[in-house]
Amino acid sequence: MQMKQQLQDIQDAVAEVLALAKAKGATEAEASMSKVQGIAVSARMQEVETVEFTNDGGLGISLYVGNKKGSASTADLSHAALELTVSKAIEIAKYTEEDPCNGIADKALLATDIPDCDLYHPEELDTQAGLALALAAEKYALDADTRVTNSDGASYNANIGCRVYGNSHGFLAGYPSSRYSLSCVVIGQDGDDMQRDYAYTVDRKANRLLSAESIGKEAAAQAVARLGAEKVNTGKYPVIFDKQIASSIFGHLVSAISGGSLYRKSSFLLNSIDTQILPHWLTIQEQPHLPQALASTPFDHEGVATIDRTIVEQGILGLYLMTTYSGRKMGLPSTGHAGGVHNWQVSTTHTDQAALLKEMGTGVLVTELMGQGVNGVTGDYSRGAAGYWVENGVIQYPISEFTIASNLKDMFMNIVGISADIETRGSVFTGSLLISEMQIAGE
Amino acid sequence: MTDSVQTNLLDASDISIQQINNTLGVLTQHDIDFADLYFQSSQHEAWVLEDGIIKNGSYNIERGVGVRAISGEKTGFAYSDDINATALLDAAKAARSIADHTDVTTPIVKPFKTVQNDMKYMANNPLLAMAEAEKIAILKATDSYIRGQAPNASQVSVSLTGVYEEIMVIGTDGTWATDIRPLIRLNCSVLLEEGERRERGGAGAGGRYAYSFFQSDVNGIPFYQSLADEALHMARVNMEAVAAPAGNMPVVLGAGWPGVLLHEAVGHGLEGDFNRKGASTFSGRIGEQVAAKGVTVVDDGTMADRRGSLTIDDEGTPSQYNVLIEDGILKGYMQDKHNAALMGVAPTGNGRRESYSHLPMPRMTNTYMLNGEHSQEEMFASIKQGVYAPNFGGGQVDITSGKFVFSTSEAYLIEDGKVTTPIKGATLIGNGPEVMGKISMIGNDLALDRGVGVCGKDGQSLPVGVGQPSLKVDEITVGGTA
Repeated sequence: MQMKQQLQDIQDAVAEVLALAKAKGATEAEASMSKVQGIAVSARMQEVETVEFTNDGGLGISLYVGNKKGSASTADLSHAALELTVSKAIEIAKYTEEDPCNGIADKALLATDIPDCDLYHPEELDTQAGLALALAAEKYALDADTRVTNSDGASYNANIGCRVYGNSHGFLAGYPSSRYSLSCVVIGQDGDDMQRDYAYTVDRKANRLLSAESIGKEAAAQAVARLGAEKVNTGKYPVIFDKQIASSIFGHLVSAISGGSLYRKSSFLLNSIDTQILPHWLTIQEQPHLPQALASTPFDHEGVATIDRTIVEQGILGLYLMTTYSGRKMGLPSTGHAGGVHNWQVSTTHTDQAALLKEMGTGVLVTELMGQGVNGVTGDYSRGAAGYWVENGVIQYPISEFTIASNLKDMFMNIVGISADIETRGSVFTGSLLISEMQIAGE
Repeated sequence: MTDSVQTNLLDASDISIQQINNTLGVLTQHDIDFADLYFQSSQHEAWVLEDGIIKNGSYNIERGVGVRAISGEKTGFAYSDDINATALLDAAKAARSIADHTDVTTPIVKPFKTVQNDMKYMANNPLLAMAEAEKIAILKATDSYIRGQAPNASQVSVSLTGVYEEIMVIGTDGTWATDIRPLIRLNCSVLLEEGERRERGGAGAGGRYAYSFFQSDVNGIPFYQSLADEALHMARVNMEAVAAPAGNMPVVLGAGWPGVLLHEAVGHGLEGDFNRKGASTFSGRIGEQVAAKGVTVVDDGTMADRRGSLTIDDEGTPSQYNVLIEDGILKGYMQDKHNAALMGVAPTGNGRRESYSHLPMPRMTNTYMLNGEHSQEEMFASIKQGVYAPNFGGGQVDITSGKFVFSTSEAYLIEDGKVTTPIKGATLIGNGPEVMGKISMIGNDLALDRGVGVCGKDGQSLPVGVGQPSLKVDEITVGGTA
């Protein structure tokens, strides 16, 4: 069918680029190319707002002349542009310097058979059907509560495409994928108080998206729930990170144990392999080939095979995440993490968020984080937040305009529970997460 | 304006004026109010030094055309990464599908009129204006300067990036405009190590000029050295930093980059799209007091050579000096053509887009506050317990609730009227209009940032500038741990 042909065309183009690199003097080369077609439609206040036809593609090449590296990329995939891109990369490698760690991945680590992660579920890119979903989601939101007076719109996106990677060891493989999403953002109003919130659903399969009704109602409920927010007194409290933002905590862990941060000594988790960095009950497994998952991938951005791994076992850090380059800098093999992590499964302790709230008793439930106040070198953490005040395990009222602060090393060790109602829309699958104490600054 | 842009974008792609007219004709066969074509070609390069060697260089080319059709509040949009007559026509047919076919034969396309404006920056290509060996020499000199100053530096990285971009906008309203936009940047980062403690400092600068700017003299030393000194200073200060306090307190913000306060606290909230939709905390408040008396905030795309400056915006509207808040009173919003038309006002030169494959929106250019009359010393002297923050990282705002944050990267305690101990990075949080009302002293030391601002909105990133004189805010929440 059509995609098969497109995949073949792109593989041919990547092979051609690699051959061109060799002909121009590269001793090693790697290239990746993607092409994604899609629609992005939105509606606002029950009128069509935008209809966008997207068509994105690009080629990136890194090549090596001896141990000298040059990189170039282009969004223009014409033959002339591809040729110019290769020439530019060669030109650049004349000016970069010898680095013995440079080069493509070790041949032995490359994926040999390409597992089918079942990521491709094409649908016709139908703007009318997408608009109907967006309009419906927004209507459910506007009708859900009289205090939902305004909307920032609802949108539907559909993308179908493929990615191909090849290198001069002879590796050349690609796979198609699809991705659909529906989201809705509405504004609740009560007097002068205005609060916005959103809900979304995303999946590889269009027919597995949550319904327009559930997205609309969730967006409305969340926006209205934030109305009448109070301030919270400055002090030390236990904090629950709602499952929608809890993955950000593990995102900081990903940065801290990534080779790029480690060889630059820019991590607060240097020399931490085989040490306790999380509570003893907490284990993190990685499953890169989970069928239809959003972060699944048969091989990483360097063609290295991705495999099931245990990252943390009973709180003990078992693996640093390496790319080919960072691995060579540290004397370790690549772990297949060029391009990020793939479906981390974090262990859980409590059945759901309600059980976690009970466990906490009195404290703060954070549902939104703002800003970037995280220092990856020291682990110091200070971010803006909004959420709810909780007493005796029961949500009392919304709170906003406060900060939460601590150090990530302490935050990791102070995780006392994770709920089993897990969030699966990112690369880390985790439930809500309870930290025994953080500094809150408010009133 | 130069015709070379038209030659490179249209003629080189075999696109004739006749084909442009055909495309606009195809668009206006549907019931649309306005349509435009945006042609773009850009080159981007980056050179990276790490571990004392030139580790990598990269080069990126992008070229394409975006076609937009507007009907009432509706927008249809399509684009192609290949500029040719067929792709242009296909994109036009896709974009016009936002509106129904119309039998009205009166052409709405106005005769083309070339947009004229004084150029706010040079038209040269910075990538070509300096030899590669000389670019590399800037990186090497910065690295060896830092290592000479700080033998305890365990990591030094320096990067040099440059963009050369040509754009052309043609609209059914008769717009015919071209622009050439250079943009360069130098960044350095240093990691110091003392015993178990490691701290990073970083600094960056740039603008719409040639790389030779980084070699130029600033108070007797090359510019790159002053940048390296700034990075070293930040790392050294943070090496001594103690835990920041937690709670509400007076804060003195330094001049320049701390203007990120204005960008978050008021800037985004004054963008026309949010206000047309009634989604901003500033919606419907023109003429009202939204900041303390004495506070005047402008968005100024006309400044020479600045990172956020534009000769014309991405809709072909000449950039302007727009007063947003004057003496505390809200004066106006920033507009693109679409929102301006729907709100019945004139566009303000703030219609910007990341590239041909993105839709334009009202965006900031260089946003800053005008001078007051106070000195920093007066501000410090008036505070018993507080925080002085001369440098920040990024920020974020929720324009609906008005809540915003920004995080310090260099800060100190103020005790009994004096600046004392350095404190660790902390996030500051407040409500835009409330914090603007708590500005009690405005400094006489207005400065713009050094040219590093990146603003994100709806997934689109753009270069911007910020600035302000030193400010005293009577009360804001400081998110430390002590």
